[in-house]
Amino acid sequence: MAEVILKNIKKIYPFTEDEKKKDKKDESEQQPMNLQITDKGVVAVQEFNLDIADREFVVLVGPSGCGKSTTLRMIAGLEDISEGDLYIDGERMNDVAPKNRDIAMVFQNYALYPHMTVYENMAFSLKMQKFSKEEIDKHVREAAEILDITPLLNRKPKALSGGQRQRVAMGRAFVRDPKVFLMDEPLSNLDAKLRNQMRAEIIKLRKKIDTTFIYVTHDQVEAMTLGDRIVIMKDGFIQQIGTPQEVFNNPKNLFVAGFIGVPQMNFFPGSKLRFADGKYIVEILGETFELPGKVAEKLGDGAEVCGASGEREVVAGVRPVNVVISDDGTGIDAVIEVAEMMGSEMHLHMNASGTEVIAIVPTLNMDIDEMSAGTKLKLKLQTEAMHLFDAETEESLVK
Amino acid sequence: MKDFAYTRDFKSRVLIFAILLAASIIVVIPYIWMLSNSFKTTIETLTDPMHIIPQEFTLDGYIKVLTKSPFFKWLGNSIFITCFNTIVILFTSTLVGYVFARFKFRGRDFLFAMLVFTMMVPAQVTMITTFIIIDDIGLYDSVWALIIPSFVNVFGIYLCKQFCEEIPRELIESARIDGAGDFAIYWRIVIPQIRPAIGALAIFTFMEYWNDYLNPLIYLSSTEKMTLPLALSYFSTQHSTDLSATMAASALIMIPAAIVFIIFQKQFIKGLSMTGMK
Repeated sequence: MAEVILKNIKKIYPFTEDEKKKDKKDESEQQPMNLQITDKGVVAVQEFNLDIADREFVVLVGPSGCGKSTTLRMIAGLEDISEGDLYIDGERMNDVAPKNRDIAMVFQNYALYPHMTVYENMAFSLKMQKFSKEEIDKHVREAAEILDITPLLNRKPKALSGGQRQRVAMGRAFVRDPKVFLMDEPLSNLDAKLRNQMRAEIIKLRKKIDTTFIYVTHDQVEAMTLGDRIVIMKDGFIQQIGTPQEVFNNPKNLFVAGFIGVPQMNFFPGSKLRFADGKYIVEILGETFELPGKVAEKLGDGAEVCGASGEREVVAGVRPVNVVISDDGTGIDAVIEVAEMMGSEMHLHMNASGTEVIAIVPTLNMDIDEMSAGTKLKLKLQTEAMHLFDAETEESLVK
Repeated sequence: MKDFAYTRDFKSRVLIFAILLAASIIVVIPYIWMLSNSFKTTIETLTDPMHIIPQEFTLDGYIKVLTKSPFFKWLGNSIFITCFNTIVILFTSTLVGYVFARFKFRGRDFLFAMLVFTMMVPAQVTMITTFIIIDDIGLYDSVWALIIPSFVNVFGIYLCKQFCEEIPRELIESARIDGAGDFAIYWRIVIPQIRPAIGALAIFTFMEYWNDYLNPLIYLSSTEKMTLPLALSYFSTQHSTDLSATMAASALIMIPAAIVFIIFQKQFIKGLSMTGMK
């Protein structure tokens, strides 16, 4: 149980000698990622500021290479912190060895010691901390009981299934009651069904052990379901920090809006936002929509937002659930390209004058056969759930 | 179709068997010859050495080796030198191999390249200088002359480094978080992970020092300090060789090596196939 504070954390991976030589030879050679490259090296994480409260469950999420695992590894002490300060429970931890940080970590590939039994795996950290045999036995058996792995204690990791290994890895981590529990994509090696099960297990486990959790994943569903707060990262920068509801309802920028939510939010680049007669009007693919008072309120002063011309270019964003099929013959023209039957709902992938639009429509009271590839439809967008982003900065205009 | 496949399979099996059998015979014949001559009388070994079954079966050769020479003293010397070297080399090779594989430090690659380079220099090239150094520090005619220069084995380091590189990084990181220090990680995590390499290296090293003839010949002069391979020369004089005793000694020397191989053969083969002797 502890508070974790990350203050202006930065991680630079210095160039190796070979890379320096290569850079001199071929300056034009580009790195395949968008990370910032300075004289010192590649900047994997920067300007990382986060206060994690005691017993909070924080999820770091983002696409691969965004720096989320690096950040976690810096908290664990497996990577040096290039700049900034890390505090755990009020104590600066930058130069403290991993074993003295009182943390536990679950790795993606579990990292169970293959030559030890489950019992020995779980006892290892306690043994290293010189606990007595009786204490070790007590702790291991308690942890095994909680995770339902008591019958497996004498087995070697080789003889366990993926889900069992996952449990053992978690058991090994929390057997010593750490201040902070770190998890690096712990579910990504499991199949979909098992992943759902284990996700529920983690939620249950959290209630039982009640400590600070920092969890890294690239899966936004995991982030949404597990986290008290989510930290969304891209190219080494934090994009947004907020509760699952906040980041879903009020994404700060285009990246967050696109990253959170399945299927992805529909974007309409080249849309126009106008302010006239005290009303906001959005023009999307030739159709105009008046923004309701609630959205207009969040946009703020029209003169300020739209400037002297009263018009500006924006990227409009609408989630697939907020795209509805028009029944009055008006709306945006679209043609179905792919219709995915999901049971109680249908995912329609459509083309609206060259823009890809996805809609989720309930199948109840709907003629499913009509919704096949090639069908022409008119679409309405629910304006109360519309997001607007600056065309250049990609920041959200809806505050 | 099935019959055809069967016959073809059968034929190729016979062929493979025949080739392997021939190869095995070529390999085994010297050993059988050695055993057969060790049970012959000295006269018979001289007059009819190629006959496999002894005309007159005798244990004279063995009796002579065991009673007329300090055989057990030599056996003790050989066991001491071989075991000491094997244990030290296993320790230094795994430790240095682990450091080269898992620690980053300035000049690491250069140092490793230098080590590997020394593998390419034949031992004969450094023989004289090594001898002079050993003599200078007063180790001539001491078993330590055969031990101290062997503390570091480049092949062993190389083998262990390759194996250590295969250990998943997370395993070591996990141990680090669990509170293990560098030595604890080496001892409790790394060593159990590279057991096949250790098994293979143990056998290589054991064989190397058990069978070593040249170095004991150079550094040892007193009879009671000799090792077993030197015993073979003990029964040869300038004008004659007691073939029966020499063969009996050879057979006796082979026994411990064979036992070691039988115990470790699984790990030995695993070690060979896993490294591909890169």
